[in-house]
Amino acid sequence: MNPHVRHLRRTLPATVTLAHGGGGSAMRDLIEGVFIAAFTDSDAPLEDQACFDLAALAAVGDRLAFTTDSFVVDPLFFPGGDIGTLAVCGTINDIAMGGAHPVALSCAMIVEEGLPVEILRRVAASMAETARAAGVPIVTGDTKVVARGACDKLFVTTTGIGVVRAGAHIGIGRARPGDIVLVNGLLGDHGAAILSARGDLALDSAIESDCAPLHGLVGVLLDAAPGTRSLRDATRGGVAAVLNELAEASGVGVRLRELDLPVRPEVVGFCEILGLDPLYLANEGKLVAVVPPEEAEAALAALRAHPLGREARAIGRIVETRPGRVVMETRFGGERIVDMLVGDQLPRIC
Amino acid sequence: MRFVDEFRDPALARVVIREIETIAARMERGRERPFAVMEVCGGHTHAIFRYGLEGLLPDIIEFVHGPGCPVCVLPMGRVDDCVSIAERPEVIFATFGDAIRVPGSRKSLLTAKAEGADIRTVYSPLDALALACRNPDREVVFFGLGFETTMPSTALTIRRAAREGVGNFSIFCNHITIIPTLRALLETQDLGIDGFIGPGHVSMVIGTEPYRFIAEEFGKPMVVSGFEPLDLLQSLLMVLRQLESGVAKIENQYARVVPDTGNRAAMEAVAEVYEPRETFEWRGLGSIAHSGVRLRERYARFDAERRFAVPEISVGDPASCRCGEVLTGKLKPWGCPMFGTACTPETPLGALMVSSEGSCAAYYQYGGVRQPQFEGAA
Repeated sequence: MNPHVRHLRRTLPATVTLAHGGGGSAMRDLIEGVFIAAFTDSDAPLEDQACFDLAALAAVGDRLAFTTDSFVVDPLFFPGGDIGTLAVCGTINDIAMGGAHPVALSCAMIVEEGLPVEILRRVAASMAETARAAGVPIVTGDTKVVARGACDKLFVTTTGIGVVRAGAHIGIGRARPGDIVLVNGLLGDHGAAILSARGDLALDSAIESDCAPLHGLVGVLLDAAPGTRSLRDATRGGVAAVLNELAEASGVGVRLRELDLPVRPEVVGFCEILGLDPLYLANEGKLVAVVPPEEAEAALAALRAHPLGREARAIGRIVETRPGRVVMETRFGGERIVDMLVGDQLPRIC
Repeated sequence: MRFVDEFRDPALARVVIREIETIAARMERGRERPFAVMEVCGGHTHAIFRYGLEGLLPDIIEFVHGPGCPVCVLPMGRVDDCVSIAERPEVIFATFGDAIRVPGSRKSLLTAKAEGADIRTVYSPLDALALACRNPDREVVFFGLGFETTMPSTALTIRRAAREGVGNFSIFCNHITIIPTLRALLETQDLGIDGFIGPGHVSMVIGTEPYRFIAEEFGKPMVVSGFEPLDLLQSLLMVLRQLESGVAKIENQYARVVPDTGNRAAMEAVAEVYEPRETFEWRGLGSIAHSGVRLRERYARFDAERRFAVPEISVGDPASCRCGEVLTGKLKPWGCPMFGTACTPETPLGALMVSSEGSCAAYYQYGGVRQPQFEGAA
């Protein structure tokens, strides 16, 4: 670690003030003392941009993938993760869902004045740890401090680049009748964890967010099923939102079987009490994959062999009928349409 | 999950469905229109769609979705009053989530919130009371909404506020009662409803006795039902058996939760805190005598209507809206020209499209599977 940085860390005040956004030495102390200290071991002078060797990128694949995502989760810390792990995993996953290998991330922080520096440190540490474990470095960033009330505690934006593996052609509009729909595990954990961590439901639960980077899992999936048609991480709006987009974009119908949906009993109970539907709950470590039928078995086996895919399951299939619609065969033998939600999924009152 | 999974057992369901089919086949002969069974409660409507029950039943049986969603029957004028209270700078307006998107004539609570009103979603009236205690310099108003199901909890909250001397708490009372409403419904002309599936949660409070007039005066069967799919199928079977045998009585399928005499403690709290209004306006149904309640004089200081000047302007439903006919079972949502065109969950014209328990929203959300069969009037 850079000894200069270590010295600065001791001199930081306990809370972030507008002075830390002023562009002067206070800002530099904050950036170096919190972010640089966490994200890099190098003591090279800071530049405004990161540079990449094009030949090295081209050796991994044949197209560049580029994505960005903002994170405004409340609370900042929740069982199974925090805004930092979410920001790293979320952008890695967006890259991975294009069949790309993530190369590097940027990180922009918008901090509300008054936030304890200790909170920033904790977030930076978990971002660094998540990025390191995923093998995707955070190579550039930005910090702004805004007046109290102009944002809520801390907003994080991460941007990522990656390289798409040659031969992979993955898209939301590529599903065809006969294809099989897979998920890599239990649904709804993140949404349920956040809702119960908010505390206003007065429900105690042991449900943890499933927040995880999925590029390794996508790698083994594409090795086993190179013909994979579509990949999406089932974040806001849950599996229901992903499948509706897919049905519309591909001009196909999707047929689900409720009995095949993997949901842990705690989440089932949580949804039961609040009148929620796990299909609409957010996930942060779950993907929906559409694979051609002849590759489905190999795809499922590959997912299950990976630590993040042990509970992988085929949940439905792509059909010609009712294009644009997602229809579920209910546990009870009936049928219902699984539509998009208009807004938030709100608890029913009676 | 125990006590839930048993009531969702597909194998048991098949047994009940076979019995329903047998009885329906016997009754079908010479019948010109389907047997229409109204489920009064929005929770039942939700379950029917969620489990796809209509698709499992013979065509000769039809569910009519009744007026038992308190959010749906709230008239626009009341929403306007609600928004005007919520927009006062001193007010924190606490509401259940369902009510937040209901359109008023000017705006919904959701829009008012976006424009700066301090509106919070709560899960219990006690949460609202706690908000009042935490914010002594603000006026906390709770949006009291619902049938007899939610009335006891607001009554007990008001009693507690009175006992603890909380001065900055009040409720905007829109509680409604089911019995006058069912009577008004039964008195409408050409009511094409053969029997009723009675509301489980309301009955948990009021018991089954108050429904007797439905059988005795109007000759219609009613079975009070639970909310799981097997509960609903069994209740339907019980209604059909009554119809076949030509008797009409009130039966209780949900005896594991509903005592025939109701919940005395809850009823006492309700009677102590509320009194019937002379009349209350329902969306789509018009004014119904004694169908709403307000706070008694003794608790007047907790009454938001008396504490704040509210406009109290009655606003008619949009002329194109046919919510009333849908609510009385005369029209299926598909039969309304606005359904799915001008009126969608994104831009609801009528309240039936707003709440997840409203029949139009349920049809729109879940119901597309059997659309062709629903075309035209019921």
